Amino acid sequence: MCLAIPGKIKSITSTDGMIRTAKVVFGNIIKEAFLDMVPNAKEGDYVLVHAGVAINVVNELEAKRTFSYLKRYGGLEDLIPEKAG
Amino acid sequence: MKFLHEYRDPELVQAYLSEINDLISQDWTLMEFCGGQTHSLVKNGLLDILPDKIHMVHGPGCPVCVTPLGMIDQAIELAMAKDVILCSFGDMLRVPGSEKSLLEARGAGGDVRFLYSPMEAVKIAQQNPDKEVIFFAVGFETTAPANALSVLHAQQYGLRNYSILSSHILVPPAMEAVLDDDKSQIQGFIGAGNVCSVMGLAAYEDIVVRREIPLVVTGFEPVDLLQGILMLVQQLEAGEAKLENQYARVVPWDGNPMAKQVIQKVFEITDREWRGIGVLPNSGWQVKPEFKDFDATKKFGLGAPAPKESGECIAGEILTGQRKPKDCPHFGKKCNPVTPLGAPMVSSEGACAAYYHFTEAFS
Repeated sequence: MCLAIPGKIKSITSTDGMIRTAKVVFGNIIKEAFLDMVPNAKEGDYVLVHAGVAINVVNELEAKRTFSYLKRYGGLEDLIPEKAG
Repeated sequence: MKFLHEYRDPELVQAYLSEINDLISQDWTLMEFCGGQTHSLVKNGLLDILPDKIHMVHGPGCPVCVTPLGMIDQAIELAMAKDVILCSFGDMLRVPGSEKSLLEARGAGGDVRFLYSPMEAVKIAQQNPDKEVIFFAVGFETTAPANALSVLHAQQYGLRNYSILSSHILVPPAMEAVLDDDKSQIQGFIGAGNVCSVMGLAAYEDIVVRREIPLVVTGFEPVDLLQGILMLVQQLEAGEAKLENQYARVVPWDGNPMAKQVIQKVFEITDREWRGIGVLPNSGWQVKPEFKDFDATKKFGLGAPAPKESGECIAGEILTGQRKPKDCPHFGKKCNPVTPLGAPMVSSEGACAAYYHFTEAFS
């Protein structure tokens, strides 16, 4: 459950003028992620997301490589909580 | 047995293996700490292709596995209370407490929801002002920023009906406990890249220097793990004990300073019970007193969870590397993923469950 999954920021929304969230694309799944820990992240960037929070920005090559590994080995279950465990 | 050509980078796998074989002059016992790494080593058949002189020991790095039974019981008790919505990660779904799992608690009428993020639980709290929403916050350092952030956001929104049941645990104190065990043979650690992406490598400097033990932080893909093992063998054969970063392409040396700030704002160090190991001093995070309104333990007067382990499980010996899962008389029989006797069989990232699912010797 500790895996951080890389995804691409599709769009960024700012709510209350303080909290920034993004729509992040993980293959064919889109999830909301909070950007509090990566204040410089922008649309088109790849971020490592864990438990709905982006914890680091990573380069595209690394993001794609890690994502394809996770997809192949069933590491994307955290995105669909009822299937995990 | 997996064939070399089945790996994504077969040439690289072969190159690392050859280099390890060329270098190694004696037996070395290494521990990969993280459950994700254990899962990868077993599932990808790396244990079958490593030289016999490398002995991999599988560490206690699966937070679902080491969450104490008494705490799961507390979460279930909360879930069964009136006007409570108990939320947690999907991984906790089927983990059995002493009488039932959270999934069974839901079947028995409890409002239990499995979420991708604690931030979703904050939203549920906003939408249900007449209910108490509690997030069962398990996890290592990687998960702490999200759980801490949920508390800060709940405070920012002025919520009075959101709290977390924190079962947070920390990697370095558990490594220390493994080394302190009289029977421990561990000579080098593979550290978990994900944990370091938050805390950085600095969190390990002390243990490497003080205990004179090499530690290499790696990713979880087969090539990452093999390269990490090679780096450990290089150090051990040269008589060195250094902290190295195999996963530099993802893990900055300092981790994520903002994430660390958020953690430090909300959490403070506490002693914590680890299922299968016992209470380890300073091995977890609890909610700081200034956020007590968001701390389910304080809010609902829970007290310390009672230890309730089966005496038949040899988890302590598995997690310190003295015995392998298949050495246990209950492995695959009385103890299996549906009815686990103890920690390492609880989640698919636990060492016993990984062996159960993926090793040929059992199938």
